[in-house]
Amino acid sequence: MAVDLEAIEAQLNEAFPEAVADRDGDWLVVEADQLQEVATHLRDEMGFDFLTHLSASDYPDRIEVVYNLYSTRPDQQGPGIPLKVRLPDRNNPRLPSVTNIWAGANFQEREVWDMFGVRFEGHPNLKRILLWEGFEGHPLRKDWHEPYYEQENKPFQSRWPNPESPRPRSAEQRVRWRANVKYPAGFDPDPEKWQPIPEIDVLPGDKIDVNGLETDRILLNIGPQHPSTHGVFRMLVGLQGETVTSVYPVVGHLHRNHEKIGERNLWTGMMPYTDRLDYISPMYNNFGYVVAVERMMGQEVAERAEYLRIITGELQRAINHILAIGFLFNELGAMMTPMLYGFTEREHVLDLWEEASGARLMVNYYRFGGVSRDVSDEWLKRCREVTERLQRKIDEFEFLLTQNEVFISRARGVSVMAWQEMVRYGVTGPMLRSAGLPYDIRKVEPYSIYDSFDFDIPTYETGDLYDRYRQRIAETRESLKIVHQALDRIPNGSIQAGKKTWNPKVPEGELYSRVEHPKGELGFYLVSDGGTNPYRYHVRSPCFVNLGALEAMSVGHLLADAIVVLGSIDTTMGEVDR
Amino acid sequence: MFGLGLIKGLSVTMRHFIESFAYDRNPIKFFSLKGRYDDEWLEKRQAVNGKGIFTIQYPEQKRKISENFRFIPMLVYEESTDEPRCTACGICARVCPPQCIWIQRATDDRGRPQAKPGGFWIDATICMSCGYCAEFCPFDAIKMNQDHELAYANRDEGMFYNLDRLLQPVTYYAELHPTDYAREEAARQAKEEAKRKAAEARAKAEAKKKAEAKKKAAAEAAAQPGEPDDLKRIEGIGPKIASVLQDAGLKTFEQLAATDVDRIKQILEEADPNLLNLADPSTWPRQAKLAAAGKWDALEKWQERLRGGQDS
Repeated sequence: MAVDLEAIEAQLNEAFPEAVADRDGDWLVVEADQLQEVATHLRDEMGFDFLTHLSASDYPDRIEVVYNLYSTRPDQQGPGIPLKVRLPDRNNPRLPSVTNIWAGANFQEREVWDMFGVRFEGHPNLKRILLWEGFEGHPLRKDWHEPYYEQENKPFQSRWPNPESPRPRSAEQRVRWRANVKYPAGFDPDPEKWQPIPEIDVLPGDKIDVNGLETDRILLNIGPQHPSTHGVFRMLVGLQGETVTSVYPVVGHLHRNHEKIGERNLWTGMMPYTDRLDYISPMYNNFGYVVAVERMMGQEVAERAEYLRIITGELQRAINHILAIGFLFNELGAMMTPMLYGFTEREHVLDLWEEASGARLMVNYYRFGGVSRDVSDEWLKRCREVTERLQRKIDEFEFLLTQNEVFISRARGVSVMAWQEMVRYGVTGPMLRSAGLPYDIRKVEPYSIYDSFDFDIPTYETGDLYDRYRQRIAETRESLKIVHQALDRIPNGSIQAGKKTWNPKVPEGELYSRVEHPKGELGFYLVSDGGTNPYRYHVRSPCFVNLGALEAMSVGHLLADAIVVLGSIDTTMGEVDR
Repeated sequence: MFGLGLIKGLSVTMRHFIESFAYDRNPIKFFSLKGRYDDEWLEKRQAVNGKGIFTIQYPEQKRKISENFRFIPMLVYEESTDEPRCTACGICARVCPPQCIWIQRATDDRGRPQAKPGGFWIDATICMSCGYCAEFCPFDAIKMNQDHELAYANRDEGMFYNLDRLLQPVTYYAELHPTDYAREEAARQAKEEAKRKAAEARAKAEAKKKAEAKKKAAAEAAAQPGEPDDLKRIEGIGPKIASVLQDAGLKTFEQLAATDVDRIKQILEEADPNLLNLADPSTWPRQAKLAAAGKWDALEKWQERLRGGQDS
C-alpha cells in the first residue's frame, strides 16, 4: 500500500505543469501560488483527503511550511504525501491558507503564525494561539532568543569544567526578570492598564438561529481555572438561552515552548520532556519520540525491548481510556465515582511503572534502540495479574455504566458527527473510529512490532457521546488482548541494540513520523543537520488538533452538553499547549 | 425495564461501599486506634487482588516505594578511603536535560587539575529526576537518592545542593538499590579479576623481554662506548638540566629510560635544589624510552599534550 511518490509527482505535473517545483528527499515542493489548486486536486481527485500535520521550519534563507496528507481510502491508507512550500522572503512570508479545504488546518496555521510569523491569506482568524498579544517576536525563528538565553545548544559551557566560583547561580538569580523581557511596540505591560482583546470580537455572530427564543445572547466565560475543563483551558461560549451558539477555545496557559527547548537540547535529552506532553500517558509519548528518531537514525531495536514497549504502551492506552471514561462521567455529573474507580486501577499500573522505570509519572523509560532497564520475571507475572484485573474492572465499568438510563439519555444523539466531517477537521483517534472509520495507525502504517499481533480495530456508527464511550471500552479490551499476547511471547535477551551513548548523532534529514497515541495521532516532525541536537523539533499533538472540532461538535447543544463534549475529546493541556 | 441499568450500577457502588468497611482494618483491632494504621491490612488492600479502599493515611502510613524509584541524584563515596567515586569527567553535567548540574574539577596545590570534583552543585528546583546522570555515569559515582520528602523555606539555600549535601556513603546506596548494587559489584569484580589475570600475563611476558633486552644491552654496551644523545629533545629538559644529567652519567636515552624517576629527582636535587621547581621529571623515563626506540612522531604528539598540561 506504499505511496508511489514518482507516480504522484507525474500526475500532479500533468494536472499543474509548474506547480511541483522540486523534490527534496521524500518531500514534494509546491509553489505557494498554486498550493490551493494542488491541495484541492489531491483531496478530490486523488483521495488524499486527510491533512493531519501542518507546521513550519526556519532556515537561514527561507521558511518552509510542511503538510502531511494521508488518505482514508482503504486502498491507499498508510504512508501519505509530504508536501512543502518554500517561502524565500523571511521578512514577510505569505501563502494561501488551506482552511477552506481542511478545517483542521485552522489551529495549526495559527500556531505557525504564532511561532514563525507566516501570514496565511484567507485564514478566518489569524491570531496568536499559544502566546498572548503582549509577546514580542516569533519564538521558533532561529534568531529569536528567550529571556534567559544562555547558549544556542546544550550542553552549556558554563556547567563544566569551569563553572562560576565559589557557587554557581541559576539564570534567574543572575538576570533579573523584566530586564530581559521585550514587549511589542506600543504595548503597555502594566497589569492595571492592560486590556485583553475585547471578547465580543472573537464571537462575531451567532452560528445558528434558535427559533422561538426571545432572549439576549449571553457570552459566558468558562475557565481557565474550572474543575470541568481538564486543566487550564478556557472557552468562551455564546449562549442563546441555554443553547450553545458558538464556542471559542482559548489555549496556551500551560505553554512552555517545548519545541524551542527541543532545538536547544540533545536528542537524548528530549526524552524526559516528552513525558510531560500528555502526562496521563507518558509511556506513549516516549514511544512516539523513539520511533521517530530511530527511523531517522536507522536504528535497530532489541527484540525484548520491542515487547516491553508494546506491553507498557498498550497498558498505558488501557489506563488512559479508563481514566478518560472516568473524566467523562465527572463532566456528566456522576461526580467522583467512576473517576476514582479509574484512579484506583491507574495506581496498580503506576506501581508497575515505578518498578520498571523508576518513576510513576515521568517515566523516561524508552531509549533509542531499547528501553532504560530490564524487568524481572516477577514484574512480568505481576503485569499479567494487573492485566487480568483490568479485564475484570472493564467488565465492572460496563456493568456500572453502559446501561445507565441517565447516561444513555444524556449521551445518545449528542454531538453526532460523521467521519467525513471529522476527517475534514483532522480529528484522529478513538473519536474518529467511533464514527465508523477504522483508521488506526497501528494497522494502516504499522510501527514497532504491531503487525505481529492479533487485534481488531473496533468501530461504532454515529460518533455521538455514547459511541465514544463504548469505543474506549472496546479499545481497552483490545489493548489488554495485545498485552496478553506480548506477555506470552516476550523473549529473553538484551534490552538494548548496539551501544547506548549519551549524545548520539542523527544523520542529516527530515521526517514526519506518527504513532497511534491513546488520544489520536501523535506525530513528530524532526529536522536534523547531522549534529547532536535537533535542528527542528515539532510535536503534532492529537488533543490540540482535536480541540479544533470542539465548536462544530458543541454548537446546537445545551451548555451542560458542551462540557461533556469537551470531556469526550479527552484532552490533556500539557500536550495542547506544549 | 427502565431503571434496571441504574439499579445494576448502584449494586456496584454498594458493593464497593461495603468492601471499603469490610477490608478497612484488622477486625480484631477494629476499635483500637492503632488498627487504623495496620500495615498488614494496608498491604492486603493495595495488593493486585485486593479489595476495599485503596488510599493510605499519609503521614502515619507510608507507601513502600520500589527499590528502583529515583528522585534527586546523590554522589557516592567509598567509606574505606573517604574519597568520592566521581572523577569530574563531566558526562552527567553534559547529558543533564535541564542542565541543573555544575561540576568544578579539583586542583592540587600546584594548580593542576585532578580527577575528582572540587565543587559539585545540583539545582534541585529544576532537576527533572530523569535519572540520566546515574544511567550514563561510567564510574557508578552518581546515583539516584530516594529521599522525596523535601520541603524548605528558602529556595536558594534548601534546594541548591552542594558537594557536602550530595555525598552519601556506598552502604547507603547499597541499602537503597540492593539489586543494582549487587549487579555493579559483580561486574566490577569480574573486571578486576580479568585485569589481574591480564596483568599477570603481561608481567610474565615483560620479565622475559627484560631479560632478553638486558642481554642485548650488555652486548651493545660492550660493543660501543655510546655517543651522548641530545637530551634536550625531551620535554622538560633544558640545557642546564641536560648538562647536570650528563655529568651524573646519564648520557643516552637508553640510560635515562632505565633510570628511576626518584633517582633523577635525587640527581637534580643534589645539583641544584631549585631545579625541581622548574621541572617535573615524572614523564622523562617514558619519553626517553620512546626517543630511544626512535618513535619521534609518537613522542612529539605526546609532548604537545604535555605542553597543554592535560597529561601528567
